[in-house]
Amino acid sequence: MTAPDAPARPADDAPPGDAARPADTARPPRAPAPGAVQPRPGRGGRVRGRVRAGGRLSPLLVVPALAAALLAVLPLGYLAVRALERGPAYAWDVVADARTGELLLRSLGLTAAVVAACLLIGVPLAWLTVRTALPGARAWSVLVTLPLAVPSYVTAFAWLSAAPSLAGFTGSAVALTLACFPYVYLPVAAALRGTDPGHEEAARSLGHGPLRTFLRVTLPQLRPAAAGGALLVALYVLSDFGAVSLMRYDTFTRGIYTSYRASFDRTPAAALSAVLVVMTVLLVAAETRSRGRAAYARTGKGAARPAVPAPLGRLRPLALAWCGTVVALAVGFPLATLGYWLAVGTSATWDPAALTATALTTLGVAAGGAALTTLLALPVGVIAARGRGRLARLLEQAAYAGHAVPGITVALALVFFAVRYARPVYQETPLLVCAYAVLFLPVAVGATRAAVLQAPPVLDDVARSLGRGPFGVLREVTVPLAAPGIAAGAALTFVVCMKELPATLLLRPTGMDTLATRLWTETGTGSFAAAAPYAMALILLAAIPSYLLGRHRT
Amino acid sequence: MRRPSARTLTALVAAALLGPLLSACGSDEPADLVIYSGRNENLVKPLIEKLEKHLGAEVEVRYGDSAELSAQLLEEGDTTEAGLFLSQDAGALGALSKEGRLAPLPQATLDKVAPAYRGSAGDWTGVSGRVRVLGYNPAQVPTPPSSVHDLVKPEWKGKIGFAPTNASFQAFVTGMRVLEGDDATRAWLKGLKANEPKAYDNNLKILEAVDKGEVPIGLINHYYWYEKAAETGAGKLKAKVHYLPAGDPGGLVNVAGAGVLKGADEKQAAYARKAVDFLLSTESQEYFAAETKEYPLVAGVKTAEGVPPLDSLQPPKIDLGRLDSLKQTLAMLQDTGLV
Repeated sequence: MTAPDAPARPADDAPPGDAARPADTARPPRAPAPGAVQPRPGRGGRVRGRVRAGGRLSPLLVVPALAAALLAVLPLGYLAVRALERGPAYAWDVVADARTGELLLRSLGLTAAVVAACLLIGVPLAWLTVRTALPGARAWSVLVTLPLAVPSYVTAFAWLSAAPSLAGFTGSAVALTLACFPYVYLPVAAALRGTDPGHEEAARSLGHGPLRTFLRVTLPQLRPAAAGGALLVALYVLSDFGAVSLMRYDTFTRGIYTSYRASFDRTPAAALSAVLVVMTVLLVAAETRSRGRAAYARTGKGAARPAVPAPLGRLRPLALAWCGTVVALAVGFPLATLGYWLAVGTSATWDPAALTATALTTLGVAAGGAALTTLLALPVGVIAARGRGRLARLLEQAAYAGHAVPGITVALALVFFAVRYARPVYQETPLLVCAYAVLFLPVAVGATRAAVLQAPPVLDDVARSLGRGPFGVLREVTVPLAAPGIAAGAALTFVVCMKELPATLLLRPTGMDTLATRLWTETGTGSFAAAAPYAMALILLAAIPSYLLGRHRT
Repeated sequence: MRRPSARTLTALVAAALLGPLLSACGSDEPADLVIYSGRNENLVKPLIEKLEKHLGAEVEVRYGDSAELSAQLLEEGDTTEAGLFLSQDAGALGALSKEGRLAPLPQATLDKVAPAYRGSAGDWTGVSGRVRVLGYNPAQVPTPPSSVHDLVKPEWKGKIGFAPTNASFQAFVTGMRVLEGDDATRAWLKGLKANEPKAYDNNLKILEAVDKGEVPIGLINHYYWYEKAAETGAGKLKAKVHYLPAGDPGGLVNVAGAGVLKGADEKQAAYARKAVDFLLSTESQEYFAAETKEYPLVAGVKTAEGVPPLDSLQPPKIDLGRLDSLKQTLAMLQDTGLV
């Protein structure tokens, strides 16, 4: 059964039940808006999720998704308790303060700048490495993923030590852009690999030039991937403390930290964090809206063929220089700075045994964090991709709730709940792993959703019609098809867990160290040379999953 | 359809998930004394090892940021497993004291330290002291000013580095409020703001900036210079330290301290009290003098070589207990647009 190629925008707020019946006939067909995704020619036809497996949200998915969402919104409960502890009037005073608005504007300005810069770097890089005859495209696709392995505070430190005058907005924007652009690059590159070049060829055959084809056909197909990446970048920037703090640029997060540090009063910090949560929900809603209703799956898995690489011609040196510059700035430069510290410091105390033990611990907790996060993200991601209606959107938004909130707030929320309701795991590894899941659920949800979106929903229906139950469909069709994307999400989560600091400091088992906490300890006494081996180890280890991500082919 | 791969994936995920869970279940008995330390591990770990020997007990330390640990202790409340809080500054201890999280210390313990350097409620004591100084770059500033009051003069415009969010800076502003009143302090802060000072995250970064010539003068604590000198070699350090004379509010002496937490069982509390006494022993006080270049607070212990002795300084006379009005200081800093 092929869906009729009718209304471009089914009602977003249609209740789930509504989606189950073939309601399309009830609405008059509407011409697609200019710039909207064009109906796809070719075998797949236009597959619209809404009339597919869409409305049927199996309890098998909803129940675990609800559990994941509940975990993710735990910090919100804490924020409410703490923000209102001294009465709503006091909390409102904090929120309504002129300073709050100013900090919010500064944060949003930085976010907009970094997101724009990441798109400008990430999208062209993706196109160059996937669709053109760029020499060494495979190697470049790995190299431009490696910045993920460099914590933003290390990037910021490297830049600051080389060019102190960068401090402030410029430095923060530079450091965060160089740390974050792979969040855009990865999904866009994956989308470019996953789309059928047939569409572009059809556009060309209809007389469109290469640029017009790119703008009208290729780019719209990349929009959801780019928007998803941009959302992750935005949430990262909103919650980042390390880079802006080193760069001395006051943002909302820095205001929250100042509140904890300076007044020892948890109420203002909680009230400010609540504002960030509202920001997050608005951002996620905006991204959902921008995603639109287009379909991104082809019907057959086997028919895809790689696009013929576009020749670069005289632009080749320019393209190479561009890739080289980005890699040099984002990876080469921080590594060189660390190398310098390794070479000059007098406090360089190589302790290979401690380094190895710390590295193994880091790998262990990061693996646990990635596994739990991926597991929790699976039902949410599938629902976000397949489901329609309020519940699906609510679940997805809930999963993002804690992501823009600074790590210290999430950590204190988990302290609050664990000492009351989960005392046995308090300051034990499982709680730390849960904290990672709360913090990084959106990273995995985004990857899972994108991967499931590219798996044709019609196959779900076929499996259902052949008598498979919802779990059977999930296990035998959806997950295997989306597995590479889900694995990519797991690798990405693994990397971000390794770099996490504030929650790790408060929630790790007493006496346990990760590479990030060692780095914090050493730089706390200014022993940069002693910190360098840990930073180097962190980058090298995080480079492994980053490398796999770069090589990942959909 | 591809059943084995799905099964393998599930097994891998389950293994990765269960691994840490199982290892966590094997966690051993709680230690005899659990310390939350806002002081850096590199600074105090050797001392903790000595403490462990001295007590003949197992000591566990959770290292973190003083403010974050005090927030964590407030969230943990009575259920805390910690017996002792070692704080980088008096402010975090003051906050815990105010919320009633600290147990009173025996008078004999308190008497070892001058009243100026301990909590007014008798529930925490300073264990080491640091003095506020001016760090300056002699190439840019041949003669540093003799008072922080000079810093609001036009000649210092754009030349001052400070750390507005740093606890030591805020304690100094609070001290100025106590010594000279809110109006005078507000006027000074406005003057400072008008001089467009450069804000840094902490003292160490100010010192580095001064050393590199990024900013000619900075408000810091004395020991950062001596530590930096130990790290890079004193000869390589361009920055110099200037001690402010004659009771200048800029020369405030503040402390790092310790307090015994309420909520710990009596056995742990006893160890915690013994630990405070150990931190005030000659051995520990000499350790602070030698290793962290801070001031010993117990009479008769010498400061590190090169550091002028505490009694040679002319710090303003102030009750550190009165430095608890941090909130008003913060409000003032916000009003004047400095944070």
